[in-house]
Amino acid sequence: MTASAHMQAPDTDPGYNFAYLDEATKRMIRRTLLKAIAIPGHQIPFGAREMPLPYGWGTGGIQVTASILGPDDTLKVIDQGADDTTNAVSIRRFFHRVAGVRTTTRTAEATIIQTRHRIPERPLTEGQVMVFQVPMPEPLFKLEPRLAETRRLHALGDYSLAQVKLYEDIARQGEGGSSYSHPVMVNHRYLMSPSPIPGFDNPKLHMSPALMLFGAGREKKIYAVPPYTSVVSLDFDDHPFRPVRAPHACAACGSTTSYLDEIVTDDRGGRMFVCSDTDHCAENQMARKAAE
Amino acid sequence: MSPILEGQDLALRFGAVRALDDVSLSLWPGEVVAIVGESGSGKSTLLRVLAGLMEPQAGRVLYHDAEGAAQDVHALREAERRTLMRRDWGFVHQNARDGLRMGVSAGGNIGERLMAAGGRHYGNIRAAAAEWMSRVEMDPARMDEAPRNFSGGMQQRLQIARCLVTRPRLVFMDEPTGGLDVSVQARLLDLIRSLVAELGLAVLFVTHDIAAARLLAHRIVVMRHGRIVEEGLADRVLDDPRHPYTQLLVASVLAA
Ligand SMILES: Nc1ncnc2c1ncn2[C@@H]1O[C@H](COP(=O)(O)OP(=O)(O)O)[C@@H](O)[C@H]1O
Ligand SMILES: [Mg+2]
Ligand SMILES: [Zn+2]
Repeated sequence: MTASAHMQAPDTDPGYNFAYLDEATKRMIRRTLLKAIAIPGHQIPFGAREMPLPYGWGTGGIQVTASILGPDDTLKVIDQGADDTTNAVSIRRFFHRVAGVRTTTRTAEATIIQTRHRIPERPLTEGQVMVFQVPMPEPLFKLEPRLAETRRLHALGDYSLAQVKLYEDIARQGEGGSSYSHPVMVNHRYLMSPSPIPGFDNPKLHMSPALMLFGAGREKKIYAVPPYTSVVSLDFDDHPFRPVRAPHACAACGSTTSYLDEIVTDDRGGRMFVCSDTDHCAENQMARKAAE
Repeated sequence: MSPILEGQDLALRFGAVRALDDVSLSLWPGEVVAIVGESGSGKSTLLRVLAGLMEPQAGRVLYHDAEGAAQDVHALREAERRTLMRRDWGFVHQNARDGLRMGVSAGGNIGERLMAAGGRHYGNIRAAAAEWMSRVEMDPARMDEAPRNFSGGMQQRLQIARCLVTRPRLVFMDEPTGGLDVSVQARLLDLIRSLVAELGLAVLFVTHDIAAARLLAHRIVVMRHGRIVEEGLADRVLDDPRHPYTQLLVASVLAA
């Protein structure tokens, strides 16, 4: 993420500044990112720009990626776990066009990974950056609709409301409730929404060697988890948080540890389970072939 | 022994209205004090200022904690004041909507203060919620129901359970039986009286119901136009009112 910004790669559209945003905007966003990294899990407002994509397409994540992207970076974009959905393909094409950067579907090769719903199965390494597209950054939003009051609760570190919500989930559903966006305590201080990743991925945030950046375009907020930071899912002593996956093996690669998507195979109720992380599944399949 | 709570020279105006006009009041540990007076006399304002919910323009409120240290309630940092309110105090509102989370089950409402105090054992929180539902004579089997499923009287019981679960030393109540049917009021007052005696609570409560004051209070404070015009032991104030305003208040009840 060296930001020698004016250097244009050969096949870059000359009608745009490198990575689309102007340099002043990128600097402003990078300053916000530095603040966010200095106060892990704390939401920092920023002057979000209009992007040539509708909200819900990850405009917050795209602005963060645009601000940290350098010509030497290799970008991977995933939606759910896949690199080939319309959303992922459009974002990858966009950055290829406006920054000319190398793109990849391989987790191991990527220096920046923009994501909507997943953290890759392959363990991340030092120097890699995850950029999350966040629809709703405020973890207390459903419990306390007044934003001024949620800011006060964060300032006071008063998260009993979130604990009450968890109590209600368990009382109603029997188990540690919400399977997506399960709230986490970052660095023992701030309650954070990990964006809509499945609870299965929450443990990957804890003490990760990679830098995690979160951008919410519509709500104009940025937050971060720096490398090697404690991230703990909210739970009860007698109902510890448990990452859940469908109890099956992947139909394509046989993995019994990866997060699975359920796929309907015909209109007679046929279905199968395959890895949601397509790159991970392909790696497993290759390894299996090599071993045969 | 020192008072548990002292209001000193409190004043608060709303525009031209003197809602509190140089009011001083002490409450002693284990004492139940009723604040009476006609509507608009400043009772709720006094209660809210003493409970730290509203800041006075002059005067101060001192709370003497269990270790005997005096805390200037309005000079505390917000975090400290909130801790105090949830650990040592309770507040029962006239309208259950103001005191309960209507979107949260009865058990969750009672458990909230335990969780705020760091409780992280789901089973223990439920056990405490069930115990407190029983103590306020509600059916613990209904602990997963929402407050709106309960009658007005039951909602007040729930509010009381929600306050008492952390064993506060001091409870504020603003017309806790207001708006309820007479027979429901009587049973709720009986319940409050027995809990207060059992737990040795200090209680400051506002009422315009002289009968409620007689039933619960050791001492009565009479307010008019933002001032205390008379105070004394409950029987003395009710049977031998000295201030003409108190005489009118007592008489209107006798006439009712
Ligand atoms: N928030 C407020 N804004 C303006 N006036 C208020 C406010 N609260 C109370 N008052 C006025 O202060 C006086 C005392 O009100 P209150 O303490 O509610 O009396 P009580 O509880 O005895 O009925 C009344 O004249 C009331 O109209
Ligand atoms: Mg009132
Ligand atoms: Zn697979």
